[in-house]
Amino acid sequence: MHKKTAFSFPDEVLEHVFSFIQSDKDRNSVSMVCKSWYEIERWCRRKVFVGNCYAVSPRMVIKRFPEIRSIELKGKPHFADFNLVPDGWGGYVFPWIVEMAGAVPWLEEIKLKRMVVTDESLELIAKSFKNFKALVLSSCEGFSTDGLAAIAASCKNLKELDLRDCDVDDLSGHLLSHFPDTYTSLVSLNISCLGSDEVSFSTLERLVCRCTNLRTLRLNRAVPLDKIANILRRAPQLVDFGTGTYAADLRPDSYSDLAGAFSSCKELRSLSGFWDVVPDYLPAIYPVCSKLTSLNLSYATIQSPELIKLVSHCPNLQRLLVLDYIEDSGLEVLASSCKNLQELRVFPSDPFGVEPNVSLTEQGLVAVSSGCPKLQSVLYFCRRMSNEALVTVAKNCPNFTRFRLCIIEPRTADYQTLEPLDVGFGAIVQYCKDLQRLSLSGLLTDRVFEYIGTYAKKLEMLSVAFAGDSDLGLHHVLSGCESLRKLEIRDCPFGDKALLANAAKLETMRSLWMSSCAVSFRACKLLGQKMPRLNVEVIDERGPPDSRPESCPVDKLYIYRTVAGSRFDMPPFVWTMEDDPSLQLS
Amino acid sequence: MEGGLVLLGGGNGGGGGSSGVSTTESAVLSKVEVVSEACSYPAETELELGLGLSLGGGGGGSTGKTKAANSSWGECGRILTAKDFPSVVSQRTNNGGPSSVTVSGTKRAAESVSHDSGSPTGVSQVVGWPPIRAYRMNSLVNQAKAQRGDEGDSGIGEKDKPKDALKKKLIYNGKQTSSATVNEKGYLGFVKVNMDGIPIGRKVDLNAHSSYESLAQALEDMFLRSANSLEKEPLTMASKLLDGSSEFVLTYEDKEGDWMLVGDVPWRMFVRSVRRLRIMRTSEANGLAPRFNESNDTQRSKPI
Repeated sequence: MHKKTAFSFPDEVLEHVFSFIQSDKDRNSVSMVCKSWYEIERWCRRKVFVGNCYAVSPRMVIKRFPEIRSIELKGKPHFADFNLVPDGWGGYVFPWIVEMAGAVPWLEEIKLKRMVVTDESLELIAKSFKNFKALVLSSCEGFSTDGLAAIAASCKNLKELDLRDCDVDDLSGHLLSHFPDTYTSLVSLNISCLGSDEVSFSTLERLVCRCTNLRTLRLNRAVPLDKIANILRRAPQLVDFGTGTYAADLRPDSYSDLAGAFSSCKELRSLSGFWDVVPDYLPAIYPVCSKLTSLNLSYATIQSPELIKLVSHCPNLQRLLVLDYIEDSGLEVLASSCKNLQELRVFPSDPFGVEPNVSLTEQGLVAVSSGCPKLQSVLYFCRRMSNEALVTVAKNCPNFTRFRLCIIEPRTADYQTLEPLDVGFGAIVQYCKDLQRLSLSGLLTDRVFEYIGTYAKKLEMLSVAFAGDSDLGLHHVLSGCESLRKLEIRDCPFGDKALLANAAKLETMRSLWMSSCAVSFRACKLLGQKMPRLNVEVIDERGPPDSRPESCPVDKLYIYRTVAGSRFDMPPFVWTMEDDPSLQLS
Repeated sequence: MEGGLVLLGGGNGGGGGSSGVSTTESAVLSKVEVVSEACSYPAETELELGLGLSLGGGGGGSTGKTKAANSSWGECGRILTAKDFPSVVSQRTNNGGPSSVTVSGTKRAAESVSHDSGSPTGVSQVVGWPPIRAYRMNSLVNQAKAQRGDEGDSGIGEKDKPKDALKKKLIYNGKQTSSATVNEKGYLGFVKVNMDGIPIGRKVDLNAHSSYESLAQALEDMFLRSANSLEKEPLTMASKLLDGSSEFVLTYEDKEGDWMLVGDVPWRMFVRSVRRLRIMRTSEANGLAPRFNESNDTQRSKPI
């Protein structure tokens, strides 16, 4: 009796075929075709992405995928970026490193986001993975330059060390000097978040010199402008460069030196840094502007005229990050100069000022939406908005995938009609059928959630603050948004009913965050009891929730699906609602 | 959040009262009628939950914003909702007084913040809003200082307009930490706190406190209170941190990198110069000079 049909291939063939399938989603589908495909797939999967480090245990991951070379983990909820998650909540990477150190010695790549990394973890990485190639830490904390030094000193094949927006304890340990003289494999180095004043420039220059494959170099603020020219000359092959402080006394020779150095970089496509910009030195980058695709000026406190000049030199710009100093007038120039623009982020220069300090309004956004047909991703901070503008933007840009609008004052109405902005955001979700990410602001009623539930069928992530009138709002979203994976809510009058009525939905999502809402402790307990595959975490620094009446709203609530059960590393201000098997439906 | 919790009823005049918090059933129904057939939210007095449970218990026609009776809110405070506030037009004039718009949700302890005559409270009172990463906020703050150069101690400057707030003297050491203290209310006031023997540090918001006692109490709550005990540690523990009679002392690193005992300088001066805190074992604290002491060998009392 043949077990295999005439159509089954040898495992090696299938493995070869699977090697062309890179996306996680497709890999997951492949693994569900049949048992043998599951087995073959799991042995040849090389990359794993875990969107919530508490959704699964490291042991489970390694057991299923013993041959991974790359792992990506995310820890804290997104609102941790804004100090809404108390320190000590969790997201420790150490247990993962320990498991992998033993079982996956050929691991090459670790990417972490919003996790707590310690020097101990870094030292363990340095010691355990002989072929370690890439460490990308994004918004991580808990480690110092000592830990990084261990990586630099031990990982002979390191190609990438990328510290994005990390909180590093800078012990001035001369990180770069820990790379051995024989080390040449660096391709990407991002130390822009390091605060140390003591960067040894000669060490940096020697490092840059001998690492001829260097493509990305993002320096920290401490590197002065007069050192940049030397570095660029030693690395004319750079594609992505981040300056340090872009300020110096203006001297003709240093200016021409800098301009010359930039012109020697024919491959440069992305620039960032630009702290403390002195406008006189900006034209030094003009030689590379025509080929630039990405420009991050979000730390550059230069005014609109200089920004306009700069932007008009960059016709191929695809990505621009800038402060609101650019003003509506600058955005209009952007709209006419940069027809390939895909992503725009405008940050506030004075977020706490009540009066606007610059003339940046909804008009700038409308202008860009009108002039840049490829615009897909927007993050825009401003002080006023109108439904009319939003409808115009929606109609101009039906290809939006990410739209995040932050009107700085909470609950700001349409400045023209004084109405809520429901209709405006409604237009966004209606016209932008591929919208994946949306952040709301301004005065919003339950109506906007009705629109979102009705139209935003591809929406994966929604951020809500100071919006809505009742549970109906939350219900619309949970019942209507089929693709929803992440929902984060703060300061909204959403309570128990919508949450409990849509409990099953929560298992189809990665996570739900609700803070300063109206969800009672009783409802949290109920949810925890009924849904064993959800972790329902109550975060409350006032003390144990059972020291207050059950009807009392909890301060913060974080719910996420998991196959790993409750976690063991909770701090004293986090409580997980226990499962109660007797209450579960079969 | 350190020092900032769910908004309690007191302390805010605006828009409050007990009216306007619960939506009447008819309002709920009218909303439901408008909703398209895509929504199946039942407009019943008791919501049938997908799990076959109902919350019941007098939930009545409320939409979940309030629980049964207002009295149940007494101990826990009230969540303010959109109905409690007038809608805000963004370009409102600076009327010179504190804004009548208060914002629900996490808010710094209101009583500790003095309302300066010229600066409306606006968004600066709300934790985590506007949603800008601490990293970026810090850079902004540090840049403003660097641009102006070190103009000397310009003080708090209550008369400055809000948009000049960034230009005031800030703590900047050339070190870019994401917990730089800014001495203006509404800015990042988070400093790291580590306690000897506890590997994970915490952050505390200095803007939420107006005195050493309040800070010490918060730190005691953070580090010394266990989750399972309902009884709080004796109140005197906090003052012990300050007077040196406990096993630990509270110390801080100032902007010059020196470690000092907390408590000797006026509070505001302390806030301006502190970079981070450490709850140190008293045995290790020998040699730390109080800031304004003439002789360096004056020491805090040792533990018993």
